[in-house]
Amino acid sequence: MELYRSHVLVCGGTGCHSSGSSNIIEHFNRDLKEYGIDKEVQVVQTGCFGLCEVGPIVIVYPEGAFYSRVKDEDVTEIVSEHLVKGRIVKHLLYHDSIDQDEEIKSLDEVPFYQKQERIALRNCGVINPESIDEYIAFDGYKALGKVLTEMTPEDVIETIKASGLRGRGGAGFPAGLKWEFTYKAQGDKKYIACNADEGDPGAFMDRSILEGDPHAVIEAMTIAGYTVGADQGYIYVRAEYPIAVKRMTIAIAQAREYGLLGKNILGTDFSFDLEIRLGAGAFVCGEETALLASVEGDRGEPRPRPPFPAVKGLFGKPTLLNNVETYANIPQIIINGPEWLQAIGTEKSKGTKVFALGGKINNTGLVEVPMGTTLREIIYEVGGGIPNGKSFKAAQTGGPSGGCIPAQHLDTPIDYDSLTEIGSMMGSGGLIVMDEDNCMVDIARFFLEFTVEESCGKCPPCRIGTKRMLELLNKIAEGKGEEGDIEKLIELGEGIKVASLCGLGQTAPNPVLSTIEYFREEYEEHIRDKKCRAGVCQALLQYIIIEDKCKSCGLCAKVCPVNAISGQRKQPYVIDQDPCIKCGACMEKCPFDAIVKR
Amino acid sequence: MKTLKELEEIRQRTLESVNLRKDRKGARVVVGMATCGISAGARPVLMAFVEEIQNRRLLDATVTQTGCIGVCRLEPMVEVYMPGEEKVTYVNMTPEKVKRVVSEHLVNGQVVREFIIGAVEKKD
Repeated sequence: MELYRSHVLVCGGTGCHSSGSSNIIEHFNRDLKEYGIDKEVQVVQTGCFGLCEVGPIVIVYPEGAFYSRVKDEDVTEIVSEHLVKGRIVKHLLYHDSIDQDEEIKSLDEVPFYQKQERIALRNCGVINPESIDEYIAFDGYKALGKVLTEMTPEDVIETIKASGLRGRGGAGFPAGLKWEFTYKAQGDKKYIACNADEGDPGAFMDRSILEGDPHAVIEAMTIAGYTVGADQGYIYVRAEYPIAVKRMTIAIAQAREYGLLGKNILGTDFSFDLEIRLGAGAFVCGEETALLASVEGDRGEPRPRPPFPAVKGLFGKPTLLNNVETYANIPQIIINGPEWLQAIGTEKSKGTKVFALGGKINNTGLVEVPMGTTLREIIYEVGGGIPNGKSFKAAQTGGPSGGCIPAQHLDTPIDYDSLTEIGSMMGSGGLIVMDEDNCMVDIARFFLEFTVEESCGKCPPCRIGTKRMLELLNKIAEGKGEEGDIEKLIELGEGIKVASLCGLGQTAPNPVLSTIEYFREEYEEHIRDKKCRAGVCQALLQYIIIEDKCKSCGLCAKVCPVNAISGQRKQPYVIDQDPCIKCGACMEKCPFDAIVKR
Repeated sequence: MKTLKELEEIRQRTLESVNLRKDRKGARVVVGMATCGISAGARPVLMAFVEEIQNRRLLDATVTQTGCIGVCRLEPMVEVYMPGEEKVTYVNMTPEKVKRVVSEHLVNGQVVREFIIGAVEKKD
């Protein structure tokens, strides 16, 4: 095996990839060769480091130098200064990774990582996901070996149950119970399936795990196969995740080559194999029965439960279906024992949860924190707070199925039950932060628009009900809201929740209901005062020129695309509200800040 | 097909090469790699440290580089930091000398006195 004195880790997750990390890797290799040190320094493409906001990220070991926002032209400097001469390029280091004395902190001391505990993401950003050997080096396939040689299926189920692991896909069903149901179900053939159809807007936890640590999912699914008595598994992943699909395909081929998939795994009489099924990106296919229908090749539509997939799933056979993140926890639990997971988290929610931080937050990216961490810690400590000194208004969790959490609940420890209690849900882990510039009516409308679009149309409450709710919201946002609209929204929402066939419809009204609960006065302002305090709903806005500030320069009139502004020298200009299309061009142009929106 | 034993072998073998990416608490070897160091032959010295440390399975030790240490005429220079001890500066290093530094100093904790800066300066 080649020996290297230094490793250059370049993030190859989708975020950094799209900001050019693959060029950077090429550039490193080219420069290393030019300086004749390509045999001494190894460049490794890894999975996501989580700090997508400052990508592309490059970490150089053994020093642990954390370079952020690395541009193509920075590479030569890093190679010639750091790798050749040993002088760390300080001006390219991530600002939080150096202390006052300009000494480099180790990664766990950087504020972004300090509060994190990485279980599902433990290998992301550490190993090369396209190398099975590196996965093995970090205790990969050790759990599988232990299960196949030392444990009975009952032992595995007991371990998972005792660990308290709950499904990470959203609802939080105890994983051990699910495994037990499938194990006990009668059937000549059983299946394992993995839900990698991550559809919440802004969520990318599962994608990062598949991209950064694909073997962890393969190992866990194989363990699951042994436990419930299945010899075939399917990974259902959306085609919009090309890098994840590519790395998973490579990983499956490597596992087969090593005999970790296929016949007689590790020389035992247990056989198991995996296939990837690509989804076309329909949100409803994240619902388990719709997903299974889609794997079978049918239209992705849900069906009533029971029977649950554990009894009657793929091709009518008992099927164990878990989410990517749930699987990623399994090998660690087997190796470290159930007590280890028990010790992390809250009373009823054990372990950690990965969140995709987005919206109005400084450290956009991926974080994994112990259950019970408060929203305040996630947003202000890990997430680095809200940009531009704005104040926090609400956090949206659970995507289109979840709700908004207002400032008064910032100190709620986050776990499955506490989130449900305050009208939101854990969901798969999307966490969108909103500040004073976000209109809550608009947010509710955004998510509802999404569910209306994604409703499969099979059951009327979801198909027709969500559409009617959206119409009401549109009416309110356009300033045509009437007294009683809020009550209608609540009534409709409650009805849809009870009457819909699957999880999509049952949770679709949540964003509306929770914003009404916590921000009812904003809805009322829209309806009664025809006012949007955040200045988002265009129909309720007016651009106005403040007379005292206007210097009659006429720039606004020139830039107005519909000639709605008129005026003369030495007289303040005026905006005619009728033709105004509220594009905001005049406000941007005005050199005296004399134009405001109200 | 791999057996459990073979997996363990792969684990051991690969761990040595990826171990670099973990935080380590053991000895730290710093090689001066400014222009003066490089032209005096610091690069083979650095690689010799990497190899020797690997051969002896000193998984807790790090080898890193630094800029000009200052006494260019004595390059290649190497500083060794053992946990909890004063730093020791070796001068005029060669790959041959590296073997002794690793086995005597890093492994057994005995400073190789004849190579350190004080001893060499006295001789001159």
